[in-house]
Amino acid sequence: MTVSAYLILASVLFTIGTVTVMVRRNSIIVFMGVELMLNAANLAFLAFARMWGNVDGQLAAFFVMVVAAAEVVVGLAIIVSLFRTRRTVSVDDENLLRH
Amino acid sequence: MINNVVLAAEVAASQAAQMSWLVIAIPLASAGLLLLVGRAADKWGHLLGVTASAASFVVGAWAFVDLLSRPVAERVQDVTLFKWIPGGTFDLNMGIRVDQLSLTFVMLVTFVGTLIHIYSIAYMEHDRDRRRFFAYLNLFVAAMLLLVLADSYVVLFVGWEGVGLASYLLIGFWNHRLEYAVAAKKAFVANRVGDVGMIVAMMIMFSQFHALSFAGVFEAAEHASGATLTLIGLALLLAACGKSAQFPLQSWLGDAMAGPTPVSALIHAATMVTAGVYLVVRSGPIFEHTPAARLAVVTIGAITLLYGAIVGCAKDDMKKALAASTMSQIGYMMLAAGLGPVGGIFAIMHLVTHGFFKAGMFLGAGSVMHAMKDQVDMRRFGALNKAMKVTWLTFMMGWLAILGIPPFAGFFSKDKIIEQAFVAPEGQVWQGWVFGLVAMFGAGITAFYMSRLFFMVFQGKARWTDEQHPHESPGLMTVPMIILSLGSVFLGLILTVVKFDEYLAPALVEGHHGEPVMNAYVIMGATLALVVIGAWIAWSKFGSAKAVVPTLPPAADGLVRAAREDLYQDAINDALLVKPGQALVRGATKTDDDVVDGAVRGLAWVFQGMGSLVSRIQNGYARSYAATMLAGVILLAAIVLAGRM
Repeated sequence: MTVSAYLILASVLFTIGTVTVMVRRNSIIVFMGVELMLNAANLAFLAFARMWGNVDGQLAAFFVMVVAAAEVVVGLAIIVSLFRTRRTVSVDDENLLRH
Repeated sequence: MINNVVLAAEVAASQAAQMSWLVIAIPLASAGLLLLVGRAADKWGHLLGVTASAASFVVGAWAFVDLLSRPVAERVQDVTLFKWIPGGTFDLNMGIRVDQLSLTFVMLVTFVGTLIHIYSIAYMEHDRDRRRFFAYLNLFVAAMLLLVLADSYVVLFVGWEGVGLASYLLIGFWNHRLEYAVAAKKAFVANRVGDVGMIVAMMIMFSQFHALSFAGVFEAAEHASGATLTLIGLALLLAACGKSAQFPLQSWLGDAMAGPTPVSALIHAATMVTAGVYLVVRSGPIFEHTPAARLAVVTIGAITLLYGAIVGCAKDDMKKALAASTMSQIGYMMLAAGLGPVGGIFAIMHLVTHGFFKAGMFLGAGSVMHAMKDQVDMRRFGALNKAMKVTWLTFMMGWLAILGIPPFAGFFSKDKIIEQAFVAPEGQVWQGWVFGLVAMFGAGITAFYMSRLFFMVFQGKARWTDEQHPHESPGLMTVPMIILSLGSVFLGLILTVVKFDEYLAPALVEGHHGEPVMNAYVIMGATLALVVIGAWIAWSKFGSAKAVVPTLPPAADGLVRAAREDLYQDAINDALLVKPGQALVRGATKTDDDVVDGAVRGLAWVFQGMGSLVSRIQNGYARSYAATMLAGVILLAAIVLAGRM
């Protein structure tokens, strides 16, 4: 197995995540797209770590996971409270950021 | 050559002269008190005003008697009151000059002023602001006395502005009526134009002579160049024109009749408007060495005396006709003042007699208005001689005095002026003829319009409106009128008998009597003939039993229409000064709005536009922000990769 196969998989996953974020309206799906992008990045980190025989990449992957876990907590809390106040989780119904 | 007495002001001032600052201080204190105490003084305010004016007269009379008891050479006394403007190398003292000229004015102002104060008690009885009126009258008396007693041009200027202020306040006394307030403003603005001349004259004196006191300026004037003196003389003439309503600054005087009638009598007939004549006579040592400026003064006087006389012929408003007559009479004084020291003496003499008979006639006009429910249209008067005997008789004395019928007051003063006008300066015979004939002809017109006024008001048939029931005025009004009419009858004779000219001459530059271009008796005879003709024409048109005076002004030819409109002076001022001034202001406002403000607004508009353009990106949709981020990342990646390759 060459590194390039892992990198191709990572970029495919990242693209899927990006498209999900750009195209889908449901915030939870959008959120999953974000997770997908993070994990694609993690995969790339690990592939490079193995390629160079260096643990720095694995270390970075751990950091990403920790941050992603924290982000999921905050993000889901926002989505839940949004749903409670506005009875919708569609990102296009919300343009409160303007204000 | 300057008379030594004018310069030798080193004589020790007597006690009376040293106390004569009181004549200014008493009415000033009274005015301040009445204005500060306010409504609480309503009950006794008029009494305090009269007392202050009378006290001022008593102090003035004391100084006057004291002056007469001194030898002639010691009569000019300069009294320094306090150091006013200490300026290192230049000090200016607040001081008064007590001499024959200033005390003549003090006596005139305080005596006539006190009579008019007494008259006003009754005239203003029903006005709820009578106290304020007396406060202003006292303020005027104080300012006028400061003007005539000043020993320097700066102190004179303080009084000069003071009388202007009092005049403004009193013309606009009934300022709840818009046209009265406008008249006050007009007088104020016209006076300010004259003040520019006064200030310029003082600037030239200061820069050239380094002095502003009379003594310093007159001493320096002896050695000054003719051009400097001519400039100062012309600037002083401008100042005199503003204050004395002389051509071309005359337009305010007619409108100034908006003030209560006692004000017209005191300020706009007897005293304030003669301040310009005083200024020219007082500045004699300056005019002495500048024939050009003297010619300008004489010319202005001659133009104004004809101007006022022509306007007076067509006016139907009693007070405005009297105002035109005042303008014309001051033209006579100005003409005389410009003729030199001898003329100056007769200018002052005419000023004094005019102060009496014109004030008397104005008070008579006030009495008529009082009886006729404030009517001023002479076409609605007539036959008042039976209803108001005292007013009729006192007015008649004033009328005969202004006509110059011997032995009434005006004959002695005006005839001398006409005679002096015929005296030509060396080598300028034409001046004697021109100004002499103008003055003589003016006397004829004066006779016509004053007789027209007198006959329209007191003779002929009654043309009253239904609600008018004329009655004689109360004693408080008639007594001052009677006293002034006695002055109209006897004052000229008295002044001639006591040799007023010899009394006044030492205070002025030394002059010499010239010979008129025509025999003096011929001049007198011709003048009297013209006066009789003028009066007879007026009698046949307005006074005789057959004369019919229409109650509405009849259609008239161009000259009469022009004279009714003050010879279009307002239209000319409007076209030459007011309209261009307003256009200038409008233009400046527009420039400010469009160019200055426009630039600021334009700049704001540009940034606002840019801001609203950019703010469209901030639409609040999370996905759009994500797309922007993605585009940014792709762009960055592209740049990095491009850099690699």
